Amino acid sequence: MDLVTVLFWIIAIILVGSALLVVSMRNIVHSALALVMLFAMAAGIYLLLNAEFIAIVQILIYAGAVAILVLFALMLTRTDSLSTNSNPNNKQWWLAAIISTLVGAAIIFAATFSQYSTAHGGSGAGYGSSACHLPPNNVVYIGQLLYSPTCYSYVLPFEIASLVLLVAIVGAIVIGREE
Amino acid sequence: MGLSLNHFLVLGALLFCIGLYGALAKRNAIAILMGIEIMLNAVNVTLIGFSFFNTVKPYSTYLTGQIFAIFIITVAAAEAAVALAMIISIYRKRSTVDVGEINLMKW
Repeated sequence: MDLVTVLFWIIAIILVGSALLVVSMRNIVHSALALVMLFAMAAGIYLLLNAEFIAIVQILIYAGAVAILVLFALMLTRTDSLSTNSNPNNKQWWLAAIISTLVGAAIIFAATFSQYSTAHGGSGAGYGSSACHLPPNNVVYIGQLLYSPTCYSYVLPFEIASLVLLVAIVGAIVIGREE
Repeated sequence: MGLSLNHFLVLGALLFCIGLYGALAKRNAIAILMGIEIMLNAVNVTLIGFSFFNTVKPYSTYLTGQIFAIFIITVAAAEAAVALAMIISIYRKRSTVDVGEINLMKW
């Protein structure tokens, strides 16, 4: 086992473990802190996959902004009825467990064992193969892909995404303000 | 033994079903939102794994999976902001975040 594989298993085990903690903790603030751990470990997975820019964005937006937003919402919505067990399950939790297990088993079956699986897909631009030369600087390349108006680029989806963000800002202010 | 695409696909599937359980089985609205965030992260892991192990030429040179992941992160941030504003607004009017008690639009 080389270093990348060892790192992958460590990060993956912590990732799945913190995801289980998020859905199983009795106190919802502890769930939110486990969620921060999950976001940081997902950034580690992105680093293993040569996606440095997305790892940085993951730390900034998820582990920074979204986690703080969730914690603020938790602090603003404390209720007495949920004080002993602030993260309860509903009455159909067993049905939810069955459904999510079936969905996960179906995805794993489709990805690994079915006839449409990518059993030979591991030799592409992966580790130790020079079939695809990525530029040395992932951030520069993604910036060129997002902004460059001349070559193959994503300028129009980028503008639409900025419009989505503007609408979300205005909507959050309008919905959340005091009357 | 090296890593293959299947490692990342199975990891994404595990995260997705855990997040689906959290979104379906919780009563606190913020816990449901956390489950949805876990599912979005599972999709990002899967997309970046596809981007890294891609063999199809135009998509691997243009990093399509990573660009998709950036847009998913954008939409997820917008969704979290609007959803938390809605939860706080509901809490002001009803003094609860239990989705079993928020039944104003229930038939």
